[in-house]
Amino acid sequence: MSNNRRIVPIGPFHPLQEEPEFFKLIVEGEKVVDIEINIGYNHRGHEFISPSLTYDQVPFLVERICGICSNSHPLAFVLAVEDAAHIEVPERAQYLRSVVHELERVHSHLLWLGLAGHFIGYNTVWMWAWRYREPILDLFEIITGNRNHYAMNKIGGVRRDINPGQFPEIEKVLNLAEQKISMLTHAVLDDPVLHARLENVGILPKEKAISYGVLGPTARASGYAIDVRKDDPHCAYDKIDWNMIVLEEGDIFAKAKVRLLECFESIKIIRQCIKQLPEGPIQARVDDIPPGEGCGRTEAPRGEVFHYVRSDGTNKPIRHKVRAPSFMNLPSNEYAVKGYSIADAALCLAAIDPCYCCTERMAAFEDGKEIYNGKQLLELSWQKTEILKSKYRK
Amino acid sequence: MNQLISQIQTELKKKFPDAKIFEHNERRYYITIPKEKIGNMTKFLYQEKGLRLAIATGIDTREGFEIIYHFSLDSAGTLFNVKVLIPKDNPTIQSLAPIFESANWIEREIHELLGINFEGHPNMKPLLTSDDWPEDKHPLRRDYEQ
Repeated sequence: MSNNRRIVPIGPFHPLQEEPEFFKLIVEGEKVVDIEINIGYNHRGHEFISPSLTYDQVPFLVERICGICSNSHPLAFVLAVEDAAHIEVPERAQYLRSVVHELERVHSHLLWLGLAGHFIGYNTVWMWAWRYREPILDLFEIITGNRNHYAMNKIGGVRRDINPGQFPEIEKVLNLAEQKISMLTHAVLDDPVLHARLENVGILPKEKAISYGVLGPTARASGYAIDVRKDDPHCAYDKIDWNMIVLEEGDIFAKAKVRLLECFESIKIIRQCIKQLPEGPIQARVDDIPPGEGCGRTEAPRGEVFHYVRSDGTNKPIRHKVRAPSFMNLPSNEYAVKGYSIADAALCLAAIDPCYCCTERMAAFEDGKEIYNGKQLLELSWQKTEILKSKYRK
Repeated sequence: MNQLISQIQTELKKKFPDAKIFEHNERRYYITIPKEKIGNMTKFLYQEKGLRLAIATGIDTREGFEIIYHFSLDSAGTLFNVKVLIPKDNPTIQSLAPIFESANWIEREIHELLGINFEGHPNMKPLLTSDDWPEDKHPLRRDYEQ
């Protein structure tokens, strides 16, 4: 190893992903030449606990895997059990599942946009994105009874129905959200500084995207057109008219653009679901789960969530495998980060989808002396944006 | 049935005569093959047919350790689940990580949780368990005691 190489550790509680992670950036001056990814600080043994719970209890367990995607995991689980036991879900329940699932996508993408804005020094974007995420959470409360951990899915259907009295309120929030996301989208996509800051940074080419098996917006921004909602239609997605957003560039700007444009598609899906909502029951009668196995998958905001369930005929699953999209997306950073500056690398790690709660735990040391902590890393990123801004002002 | 799926099925039967194919429904297929064939099967599905490895599941069963490789054919929304059985007295199988990066992490996970060795894996370090976790304890095995 040459003498001028330094290690910049980010973690063990990484600020930008939703799980505590440890990234060891190996840098030469400003440039990142290698990265080591270390996870497992938050391993709670869900696959171990799940076989000790009954089929009715497991959705509540998997709901708590992630606070942001707390509809995707139980949905994938119930789809897996329904696949194993050949359960037909009533049509009204299919539509209601789609409504909650798409609302989750809008709130998650707004959360990401706000954090990304904060990270590059656009704090107005942060405040606004999060301000207009609030009505979406209120909508969750109206529809499911909870702002988070919705407890909407059960094997054979959903737990709560919507009544027509709620439609005007839903429409009001959707209109407001659409208007504000449109404003944010224009602000982001027309900004020359953001183009300069985010374009051609952290590029993941399509062949690498396929080899790493990345999912969701990370894949679709690299021209890898996969979306479980289109490919393996479940819920009401095959009865609704909507588009898959695919871009070719593979850089951070493309990832941001995919997420922003997806919000509009989600709103479109919710509107159609509410309009076409068929009458009927919301739950199917479920008796015993017969022996067998099933796979369930659904498109979470970050990509495909995959659940595998094996049943032996008792009231508990004998094996339950959970695969979250970040498990496939994270290793792709090994490729995408190399060759960029530290300020960009931190952003690349954020681009697959961040969570920003633990910044203060970040610190870099050189010969016992702190060189970067969370705040300084932020300032490094802001500085770069400021330099670009001053260039464009001239 | 989708033409692509029936084409894959015919080629599968020709190339892997000892593979047992079970159709759960039109979007879920389960294929059982001997563990020595997993390398060839992966090359066939991934390199020739363009399937994506969604994930692999390791299970401790009475007969031995079972690994299910979930391959997804995205253009038809179909899952081809390839099952292999690994004897308990010698739990080793060929690693798929040299073929594609997406197998890297899941093999590390199965290695630490079930104690299966993947031959040819570039980095067999534990992925999820803590640094002081004993190497001979595998939480997803049936004989594991807390």
